[in-house]
Parts: sequence; structure tokens; C-alpha cells
Amino acid sequence: MDVEKKTMEYDIIIGLEIHVQLQTESKMFSGCGTEFGLPPNTQTDPVSLGLPGTLPVMNGKAFNLALKTALAFGAEIARFTKWDRKNYYYPDLPKNYQISQYDLPFSTGGSLPIPERKDGGGGGSIRLTRIHLEEDTGKMIHAAGGMSEVDLNRAGVPLLEVVTEPDLRDPADARGCLEELRLTLRYLGVSDCEMQEGSLRCDANVNLHIRTDDGTTIATPIVEIKNMNSFSAVEKALHYEVERQFEKWKDDGLTIKDAHKETRGWSDPEGITKPQRQKETAADYRYFPEPDLVPVEVDDAWIARLRDEIGELPMARRARFESEYGLSAYDANVLVEQGQDVADYFDAVARETGEAKLASNWIQQDILRSIKEKKIGLGDLHVDPAALSDLIKRVKRKELNTNQGREVLARMIDTGQAAESIIAEGGYGLIGDRDALAAVVAETIDANPKALEDLAGGKKKPDAVKGWLRGQVMKKTQGKADPELVVELLEARLSELGH
Amino acid sequence: MNLSPEDVAKVALLARLRLEPNELATYTGQINEIVHYVEQLQQVDVSGVEPLAHGVEVRNVFREDRRTDSLPREEALGNAPKRNHEAFLVPAVLQ
Amino acid sequence: MDPLGATLSGLLDGYHSGTFSSEEAVGAFVRRIEAHNGRLNALIDFDPAPALEQARSIDDRRRRGEPLGPLAGVPIAIKDNICRRGELTTCCSRMLASYRPPFDATVIRRLRAADAILLGRLNMDEFAMGSSNETSVYGPARNPWDPDRSPGGSSGGAASAVAASFAPTALGSDTGGSIRQPASLCGVVGLKPTYGRVSRYGLVAFASSLDQIGPFGHEVADVARVLSVIAGSDPMDATSVEMPVPDYLAAIDAKTDRPLRIGIAREFFAEGLDPEVEAVVREAARVFEAEGATVSEISLPNTGQAIPAYYIVAPAEASSNLARYDGTIFGHRAEDFEPRTDAERDDLPGLVRMMMASRAEGFGPEVTRRIMLGTFVLSAGYADKYYVQALKVRRLIRDDFDRAFKDVDVILGPTSPVPAFRVGEKVSDPLAMYLLDVYTGSANLAGIPGISLPGGLSKSGLPIGIQLQAPAFAEETLLRAARTFERATDWHTKRPQLA
Repeated sequence: MDVEKKTMEYDIIIGLEIHVQLQTESKMFSGCGTEFGLPPNTQTDPVSLGLPGTLPVMNGKAFNLALKTALAFGAEIARFTKWDRKNYYYPDLPKNYQISQYDLPFSTGGSLPIPERKDGGGGGSIRLTRIHLEEDTGKMIHAAGGMSEVDLNRAGVPLLEVVTEPDLRDPADARGCLEELRLTLRYLGVSDCEMQEGSLRCDANVNLHIRTDDGTTIATPIVEIKNMNSFSAVEKALHYEVERQFEKWKDDGLTIKDAHKETRGWSDPEGITKPQRQKETAADYRYFPEPDLVPVEVDDAWIARLRDEIGELPMARRARFESEYGLSAYDANVLVEQGQDVADYFDAVARETGEAKLASNWIQQDILRSIKEKKIGLGDLHVDPAALSDLIKRVKRKELNTNQGREVLARMIDTGQAAESIIAEGGYGLIGDRDALAAVVAETIDANPKALEDLAGGKKKPDAVKGWLRGQVMKKTQGKADPELVVELLEARLSELGH
Repeated sequence: MNLSPEDVAKVALLARLRLEPNELATYTGQINEIVHYVEQLQQVDVSGVEPLAHGVEVRNVFREDRRTDSLPREEALGNAPKRNHEAFLVPAVLQ
Repeated sequence: MDPLGATLSGLLDGYHSGTFSSEEAVGAFVRRIEAHNGRLNALIDFDPAPALEQARSIDDRRRRGEPLGPLAGVPIAIKDNICRRGELTTCCSRMLASYRPPFDATVIRRLRAADAILLGRLNMDEFAMGSSNETSVYGPARNPWDPDRSPGGSSGGAASAVAASFAPTALGSDTGGSIRQPASLCGVVGLKPTYGRVSRYGLVAFASSLDQIGPFGHEVADVARVLSVIAGSDPMDATSVEMPVPDYLAAIDAKTDRPLRIGIAREFFAEGLDPEVEAVVREAARVFEAEGATVSEISLPNTGQAIPAYYIVAPAEASSNLARYDGTIFGHRAEDFEPRTDAERDDLPGLVRMMMASRAEGFGPEVTRRIMLGTFVLSAGYADKYYVQALKVRRLIRDDFDRAFKDVDVILGPTSPVPAFRVGEKVSDPLAMYLLDVYTGSANLAGIPGISLPGGLSKSGLPIGIQLQAPAFAEETLLRAARTFERATDWHTKRPQLA
């Protein structure tokens, strides 16, 4: 059968399984730390080594962070939740069972927003199947002599598993969703979500629903993609896999009914997915209730308290920045994406100055550039919202022009001094005296007869000539002239001269 | 329910227990005897009864998120059957 | 006065009155152990030097009038499944032959703080699985009343050691009767506290929802004193219950307003109960009545289901708890795990073969059997039929007790259906061995406390124990009832004659 001829188009069906390490001081069930990147096996204790006789005790903060996440995504919080053991043998799991949640996870339902794409796609949301808490495993490292090393530093770090419904239809949306998840979890202080460090990990299930011209839909076998270590890898791997599945289907015609789910690993350097070795025995996890941990009952008061602790989330904030301050979608997004501290900073400056657009420009052009160049956080910058607001108001009042303002801000950032003292010491100020400035303008025009010839001869564009003259005036005044006034006086003088 | 030696061999693999052929026969017989014995539970009417999985029915036990000392690495590795200077060693895992 | 013949209370009296020093007492126990342990094999490892040194130090402190803990100078022998920092803790298994935990169990910390003198490791059934102490890799412990006979199990070494006056007290663990049954067979007092009364942290787990640590002694006051030291909630054990620890010693002789209400379940007198044991229980009922108690017949309808339920729940949990012994982080690793067949070579990676060979070599047959049974009852397709059904029956068994305790304070019955049996008599028939737990397993399933105390001697001169059970956390009532019987009888003063 000539399938290609019958083919019209296909839908891409993507679901995500996301693991997020929670930002806690200590592990999920014991006191040792949760830092990334320490030398192997220097961050363990008897519990995380799974030593005989040890018992797990639940980290209260981990549970609260998990609840907050669920609330942020509109999920249902279970009033009764419990822990189960998932039994399987692997050396990075020292007890050979993982404490996880099986039939009564703490959260079901909810949704993740899909950000709108630049090409106009995206938008809407995808449904969450469930979110549950479990402990992370250690790591296996390949060693010499046919051996593998086991490093248990990571074993027992609290881990959130977020499973979505197969609601995504585009690899770019998968990436967008993940980025939005990261932003939200950072706003919540739930996780730092560093994909390179593994504190955010994502597997994707993908297949195609191919529409044939006889009106039927054919589903290709589902593939689970692992090893995607960056946001761009997620998008690239999904694109690759979509192409591969479509080509494969054209080749062999196999459908979801003909093949089991396959696991493939993404190889970033090669830009392809490769089949991964299947486990040697069929999985039978023999889940049963963890007898060492007691169930949790969550009441309304508990949920209300956590709800109060959740601030405005990124989606809502973008919308408010547009509606309340009249920012463009682009500007609102840039400010929100920088994280909660930047968005809060903007809010404060915009309110203090009443000049949201100016506040946005100053923050984007100067504040963000500075912290990027200096590789510091906003909190390490010596300019608080009140200080920046003060400066913006001075520029607005024409005590300074914009260029001077930027110089002053640079010195505020370097010295931590207030605008007022820098302006006084640096002799900043604007020449706003109309007569004095008119004299400088006249002087400048007189000194440059060539410019008038250019204007008269029409060889150069009038705006270019006028701009050049304006620059000369600014130069003569060491940049202190009020630029708007210079333009006005130049036009007046030139028209007096018949230009 | 009667487990065949093949069933018992599957269970042994799941439990990561290597059995010699004569052991497989012995365990198959013994496990079947025990399974037959415990099957009397099927006769008990448990309709509407909630499973009781815990020794004590308490709720909401948490610890504070406070960091305590890690074991020195030498102590962490102290009982390892096979190790190098920094890690436990196992036969290579292929991925 | 001879410290050897003394109870724990008698020993403390001797110290206070200066009849003998701690060093003299410990020296006497050491000589006793050296003379008789070779025959009884109750202690598998014993170094007198640290015990004698600690005794001297306590004598010094006593002379200087320094404050001393409530068990100052009291030797206490410890079952080999309770972790002591830096010391061998093997569970009498080849698997842990060289295992040294880097931490103390909570009960050990509490005993150290009470100035008790910790004696060597006690023999036990491997991983506490057995009712005869014959599954120990160190060979069977023997009954001081007749060394051809078993002391019971799994805490056989503990019961044997106390009965033989190797130490006035010992700690064991009880998962289905492992304290009470050997106490009964050796003519000593053995207490299984309420689940959650004593921290399990540092007790190598057999079945987590059933395991509980408890004391042995010659009389009720002994176990009351030790319980007062080891009981109480522990931040390291989420299932240890936050509840004040009363002065159990004061409670045993406390006067009460109303007579004790004793119940005897009609289901106890069933097939398999030795007539001599039945006679002892009936006689005990008469003793209680003579002491002013009311005795009534009650019903525990699901008593017959306790053993089947227990032999599903306990192996299920054990199969998971013992999964960690795979030759990776601790414990035995096989030297040779080469494939034995082509199928193994093709199907099983070296890592899997290493784990399988290590576990096969490290575990004895009873442990292997229970792991397989537990794995089976949790496996896909069978969990509902076996494991979940057993958990439901477990609740019915607890409901039986709840109902009974509305009308009675304490339930009286047999501890073991038979007096001590010969070593080798039952070990080849697993099911016959399991049936020895018929009167004890239900207390573990229900989480309630139980005590076995000497109730008589058989015609052939073997001890027969009686069991009392009380509602959860009613140890005071339980101990008071036991003391009532003890006051009226002299069975607890009988000691075996050692050859």
C-alpha cells in the first residue's frame, strides 16, 4: 500500500514527566545536606545510606513546598495522603526500594500554562495528571576495570514528580511549558530548577496521530525520550523524534497496536535519539504502604495558610504589568522572567515614580545590564527602588538629561551613594536658561557656515544637518543643555535665518 | 493457587536470589504448603474493612528542615564490600 | 547475697547496700558466662574487659557520690539485631558477618545514659526469623532447663542468657512473639511493649509495622525498670508515639479502686494446645480470682486468622526490608558470580548476578523462604488476594481486641502452645514452626502490648509461661496484672540447674 499518498498530516502528541528537586537544607528523610557538586559520598548519613536499622522521618518543609507547588498549579490537594515503597534493585537506590507515592498522591489534577509563542502559537494550558513526592536516587559513574562507582550524595534529596496529560501539540510548547514551570517554581522558592545540575529533569512521551485521507487516524508507537539536559535539548529531541517517527511509520507502517512503548535517549552532540537498553526483567514494583512513615492529613487551615504564602505568580504578574502599567507584552515578559526580585523592584519603582514605562526602560537598560556585567544579584546592588525612583524623578524634572542620569546611575551603582550627592559633586545639572542657551545656539550656527550651505544646497538631509548642529551645542555645553530646549532654539534660529 | 517451579524461579529473580536446582524444588514445595495454609484468609468476610498497614495509627509526623553533619566519607564507605578512595564499586552498569 | 541469683532489683539493692560492688557482680556474671556459655551458646560474642572496666568506673562514681543513672552497674545483654556504634551487629547472618554500624540504636543511647553495662551480643534466629533460634549462622542457642531443647526464638539467646543468669536482664525484639515465646520456654519474664512505645531506630528491621524492642528479666519489676528507661518518643522514629512515660516500677504495685477484670478467649483452647499448658492457664485464672480479680470468658473470633495474616504481612515487609542486602553498600558480596548457564549469561548482567549470588550466599534457608513468600504475596496479580486481604483481616483482629477491651482490662492466655521442644525437632517443617506463634502474633498485628511470665512447670520440669495482653499503651495495667499473679506464686523464683 502506498501509505505516503494517503497521508495528509499528523498531530504531535506530547506528555511530560518532570522531576524537580526541592530546595531544602536537609534531605527528605534525614538531616544531611542537599548540595550539588560535592565530592562523591561526602554528603550522606546512616539513613541516606540505607543502613540496617535506620528509619525515615519526613521533612516538613519538603511537604509544604510540594503543597505550594500543587496550589500554584491549581491542583487538588488530597486531604489524606500516604507513602509507599516502590521496590526495585539498583545500586543507586541503597535500600533497593524508593519511598514514593502510589495510589494516594498528595495532589491530583491542575494545569500548567503554555506561554504564547512569538509566532502566535502556544497559549492555553496542559492538564496535570498528578504530582507526588519521592526521594531522589544516588548516581552511578562509570569507572575503570569494568566497574561502576556509586555516589550517594544525591540519595534522599526530596523530589517532586509532575506528570502531565498528553496535551502538548508542539515541541516549542513543551519547552515553553517547562520554562514557565521553572519560573513559577523559582517564584515560589520551591526549586532552583537548574537543568544542567539535574534539579529539573524532564522525560517526554511522544507519538503521532497521523490523519489519512480515508478519514481515519493512525497512532504511532509511543516513545519515551530521556537524557534531555537543557530546555533546547527538549525542543530539539522532540523535533527529531517527530521526524523520525513519521519516517519510520512511512517505512514500516507500525502503529501503537504493534509495538510496546520504547525508551530512547537523546544524544545532544549527535542530535539524535537512540534506543536505550531495556531493564533485564519486566518491572514489578510491588508497591505497598511504607510502614515506617505515617500518613498525612491536610486540613483547610493548612491549605489556607500556604495559599497566603504564595505571592502573585508569573502569568498573573505579566497580565497586571500590561493592564496596570500599560507595558507592552514584551516588556512585561522581560521584567517578569528575570525573577521575583526584579519584578518586585520594578513594581516599587513604577509606583514610586508613577512612570512605569521609564521605570521599565531604566531597569532593563541599566539595572539588569549592571547586575549581568558584575555577575551579582539584585540584592547585592547598592541601589534600592527608592534611590532609582529619586533619580528618575530628577530626570523627569529636568534636573538632568537622560545621558547624565545614566552616568549618575552608574556611579550610584559603583559607590552606593545617593543621586543627590553624586549630582552635587559631579557638577551635573541642566542649562535650562533660555537666553544663555540661545546665545550658544547662535554662536554654534555662526561658527559653522558649511552647515548652512548644506541645508541650503539640499545636498544633505536637513535632519542630519540639524542633528549634527545639536551635537555641537551639546558638546559646547558639556552635555548639560536641556536637549528639548536645544532643538526648539535651533529650529527658531534657523528659521530666522531663512532655513 | 499452586506455584510451579517456573513461578518460584520468577519470584526468586524478582527477589534477586540465586537458587540451585535442588533448592528450587524444595522451596517450591514449602512455599506451596505455606500459600495453601494462608489461603484460609480468603474465607474471611472483609467487605467494608479498611486495610490496616501500620502498627499504630498516628498522623502528620514531621521533622524540621535542619541540616546535621554528614558522615565522614571513610565511615560512609566503612562497610563497603568493594570500594575505591571515594565510592562504592559494583560491576559496570551499561546504559 | 549472691549477685548471680539476684533479679535486676536485687542487684540494685546489693549495690546500694554495699553488699557487693558492680565490679564484683559483673565479675560473677563473667565467670558464669565463661563456665556455661559454651554449652548454651546464648552469647555469640563476649569481651569481659570493657564490661569490667565500666563496672569499675561506676563503682568509683558511686564512691564519690556522683549521680548515677537508674540502671547503674546493671549488665544487660543485647540481641544481635540492635545497632551499637562500631561494634559487630550481624543479626546472626552470614550476610552481616562483618557489619559494624556507625551509629547507636536509640535504645542503646538510652541504656548508656542510664549507666547500664552493655554485655556481648545475643544469639538469635537469623534476622529474627524463626521460633527456635536454630536459624542462627552461629548455631542454635540452647535452653538452660534442658540443653537438648530449644530456648525458643527468635530472641532465644536473650531468654537463655537471663534464665542461665548470664545477665539479670536482656533486650530482645518481638515481631510475632520473639520475646514472649522464648521467655515462656525459658521460665523468665518477657515484655513486648505497645507498637510505638519504644523507638525502633537502630533495630535492624524484619517487619517494620510489627517489630518492637522489649526487655527480659526474672520478675515483673525488672522489665518495668528497663521499660522506663527505653520507652518514649524518638525524633528518629516517626512511628514512636509522643506520650509521657510513666514510672512503670511504681505502677506495678499501685493500689486500684476496682478489681482487675481478666478475660480468657474461648478460641485459645483449640487444637494444638498442649494439655499441660492449658492446665497452667486455667490454674492462672484461679490464681487471679483468688487475688480478687474477676475472670470472664470472652471471644476473639479472628484469633485463628492471626497466623495466616501474620505470615503474609511479615514476609511482605521483610522482602522489602531485606532488599538492601545486595553486596553493594554493606554486607556480604559473593566472590564468584560467573553465569552458571547460557541463559544466565544472556539474560543477567554481571551486576544482577552479583546481587543474586551475594544474597544466596548471605541468607540462610528460612530468610530466603520468607523473602520469596513476601515477594510473591506483593507481586503483580497477587497483592490484592494475599497482601491486601491480610491487611483487612489484620484490622478485624485489632477490632476483636478493641471490642474485648471494653469489658476486660487484660486478656489471659497461653504464650506458646507447647513447652520447650528438642533442637532439631521442628526445624525441617517450616509450617509447624510458624504455628508456634499462634498465641503471640495477634498482639503484633494489633499493635498491643503483651507479656509472658512464668506460670508453672511441666511434669518433665520445663517452664510454661502464661501470656497477658492489654490495650495499646496500657503497659501499667499489664504490668500490674502480671505483678498480681507473680505476688501470689513463686514460679518466677525457679532457676534451672546448670551442669
